[in-house]
Amino acid sequence: MARKQPPQQPPPVQRVRLRYAKRGNLRFSSSRDFSRAFERALRRASIPMAFSSGFSPHPRISYLNAVPTGMSSEAEFVDIGLAENREIPQIVDGLNSALPTGYRILAARELDGSPELPMEASKWLIATPGDVSAQIAELNAAQTWVVRREEKNRDVDVRPAILSLVPVEGGFELISKLEAPLVRPDDVLRALGVDPALASCKRLEQGAYVNGDVVSPL
Amino acid sequence: MRSLFPQLEPLLARVSKPVQYVGGEVNSVSKDFDAAEVRVALMYPDTYAVGQPNQGLAILYEILNGEDWCLAERTFTIWPDLAELMRSSGIPQFTWENHLPVRDFDVLAVSFSTELGYTNLLETLDLSGIPLHSRDRGSDDPLVIGGGHAMFNPEPVADFLDAVVLGDGEEASLELARRIRTWKRDGRPGGREGLLLSLAQGELAYVPAFYDITYAPISSSCASAAQSQDLTQVGAPNGERSCDFALDDGVKVALDGEVKVALDDGVGVAQRPPLSPIQSVTPNRPGVPATVGKHTLMDLDNWPLPARPIVPLSETVHERYSVEIFRGCTRGCRFCQAGMVTRPVRERGIETIGKMVETGLCSTGLDEVGLLSLSSADHSEIKEIAAGLADRYAGSQVSLSLPSTRVDAFNVDLAQELNRGGRRSGLTFAPEGGSERMRAVINKMVTEDDLIRTCETAFGNGWRSVKLYFMCGLPTETDDDLLAIAALAARVIETGRRVTGTRDIHCTISIGGFVPKPHTPFQWVGQASAETIDHRLTVLKQAVIADRRYGKAINLRFAPGKPGIIEGLLARGDRRVGAVIEEVWRRGGKFDGWHEHFSYDRWAEAVKDVLGEGALEWYTLRERKRSEVLPWDHLDAGLDRDWLWQDYQDAIAGAEVYDCRWDGCNDCGVCDTFGTDIQIGPTGRKLLPLTVAPAKAPVGAAPRAKEVC
Repeated sequence: MARKQPPQQPPPVQRVRLRYAKRGNLRFSSSRDFSRAFERALRRASIPMAFSSGFSPHPRISYLNAVPTGMSSEAEFVDIGLAENREIPQIVDGLNSALPTGYRILAARELDGSPELPMEASKWLIATPGDVSAQIAELNAAQTWVVRREEKNRDVDVRPAILSLVPVEGGFELISKLEAPLVRPDDVLRALGVDPALASCKRLEQGAYVNGDVVSPL
Repeated sequence: MRSLFPQLEPLLARVSKPVQYVGGEVNSVSKDFDAAEVRVALMYPDTYAVGQPNQGLAILYEILNGEDWCLAERTFTIWPDLAELMRSSGIPQFTWENHLPVRDFDVLAVSFSTELGYTNLLETLDLSGIPLHSRDRGSDDPLVIGGGHAMFNPEPVADFLDAVVLGDGEEASLELARRIRTWKRDGRPGGREGLLLSLAQGELAYVPAFYDITYAPISSSCASAAQSQDLTQVGAPNGERSCDFALDDGVKVALDGEVKVALDDGVGVAQRPPLSPIQSVTPNRPGVPATVGKHTLMDLDNWPLPARPIVPLSETVHERYSVEIFRGCTRGCRFCQAGMVTRPVRERGIETIGKMVETGLCSTGLDEVGLLSLSSADHSEIKEIAAGLADRYAGSQVSLSLPSTRVDAFNVDLAQELNRGGRRSGLTFAPEGGSERMRAVINKMVTEDDLIRTCETAFGNGWRSVKLYFMCGLPTETDDDLLAIAALAARVIETGRRVTGTRDIHCTISIGGFVPKPHTPFQWVGQASAETIDHRLTVLKQAVIADRRYGKAINLRFAPGKPGIIEGLLARGDRRVGAVIEEVWRRGGKFDGWHEHFSYDRWAEAVKDVLGEGALEWYTLRERKRSEVLPWDHLDAGLDRDWLWQDYQDAIAGAEVYDCRWDGCNDCGVCDTFGTDIQIGPTGRKLLPLTVAPAKAPVGAAPRAKEVC
């Protein structure tokens, strides 16, 4: 006795890309923590979400390249599908008053179906406990640089993923490729001989890699 | 007041799930510490993931923070990885809201829903820098107050608590905070002792230090027998003692009265005074009552809480908005402490429930509603509540759940109603006893035919599996009673295959070990030994495996018997058990509710070293005499002791007792003692419609998700 399929849900009438920040203490939250908080904020803000069809309908939300747990970000992106049209400022303000402090919607724009720029690279600002310019020069000069990911018991070559690595006051700025195998800031920190637990990492931007810089999709 | 967070922050990168410690959740309340007159740290003695969803804590949080002169922050037991780092960095236990030292609060209020949180109390006190023992605390230390169901026998932790609040906490916690405010305003008359005395004399709280406990003398000839499980005559009025006792179930006790004890300075032989029951419990201050009663909240509709529960950021064990649809239960299941200590039944009205669900969902953004109580299908208007909520939230993606285990077809109808939207929850029934005889003993008035009919309805309505709860180790139980579970499960499968015409039918049998609890008719019984439990479970398992027709469709789940013995020790222990808890904690014991931390051997060794050989059996396996003074006799849940004893005798005789909601008063004593009464409907009222106008669906399309707020 198969159960009858529930009726098909209508497709979204409006698709919106949001840019959000993950700041302060909430850098310790995971992408799953964010998605739970975000779904609840959508309900608290009464945003009319479109749902997927089937026995367990889910709100139409897709996340792009979430930042690793423990790192903050000014450049996270999420796309949502709405069942009714809403003004963009209304969505942004509604969500910001419903999200916990530390998550903040920074910008939004409607997706009209025209092709989006590829997500190629991520730009990081990393604060380190001491000066690392010497190690940076060494890493930049190398062709390959293998580090060990202890938790996964796996080696990864960080060098090919590094597009740019420059020392700045109190640390360094990194532009790395967003492609598999994904090299994360903690891999680069290990390559520089810095304990990742002592550094703080903030994503400044992610998006297309154009003329030596990262261009936001929003 | 300075936040500890800057010191804590560097440690968080090194621990598991650091987000649980950061606070700042939606609906958390942050007040000015220095401006508040009374500051309360509310604690659940387990991790954030387990403690945060606790209803009691959520209710008290809103009540206390609702007063402008009072402030409440939360704290939980910190997982060993961070606790270790905090100790080595000199960072004390903190609260979640503003990361303030717990030691700086006026009160540390701890909610104990299980005895397995006792070692975590010590762990948290220690990390807070609060002396473990009440007697060592000074004027700067917070009052450490216990509450929750386990506190109906707080004696094992009596040395560590300054006061205990029995029963419902809504009014009592507020009154307690008011007394502290007055005491502080008046210049703290009498100091710490003065405050505690006013709480005790005002019958607001039980203050263990104000009661002296003496133990019955033991003659030397029978000294060793006093530690056996079968001591029958100690403390008997005629002074005669029988040394005849039989050992069974593999219990070994030292018979020479001399036991080897590991002392701090090495291994030595010490003469341990053998255990004997309590002789007397006497107040040692003027005006302190001989017995302390529980608090009972009447008119739940006046307390529609929690209204704005905190929405956790990290994952917790429950993520739903829960409404307590009634408090108390008079089904009279004889093993159930909750049903005994929360009488009488007090229902929330359908209108209040409807409003609470509406505001709760809007304030939290949660999409799951739980209708909580000890037996939710028993609400006088549950059908109207279920239908009303199902109507209201149809098409909104809000899911409704009713944690009910009642064995009847009505329960299946309710589940059907609540799962109208599509998602189908599991069905669980709790016959608790395998045989008809066993169910009569525990007063679970369900026949085998009831269960089969219920399963028939469930399978007929599209369910493919059911879950059944049972207990093992019940009084008078034999192997045959366990074997009856296997036969019952086989009949369930057979019924399912017949009704559905498919072999795709499953039955999960979940078995818990019975632990006798205070204030129940079984408070006198000898607990079944771990060996007995394990033996019976093996017998059952073999029977299921041997069933070639149905065995593969039966999924048997159970835990070994040993942890239940420790729970039994803590449930029915007296003040002497406090030293054991402390010793276990000193040997590294904490998070006893977690498999990876609980160690039976550590507990058993500590009991032996502190109280002597045979003490564990004495507290758990020994049947108590009617005349024995029980450690919790001076704490009054309202249940008449003679009534409980008679109910125990009726249990042994297999005589049933009916529910006073429908069949008249049984004279359990609760309403008479506290001047309370049953509060039930039906009210005849309707669930109010949502205040938001329903959206119009475009013609021809499925209705879009309805807005809830």
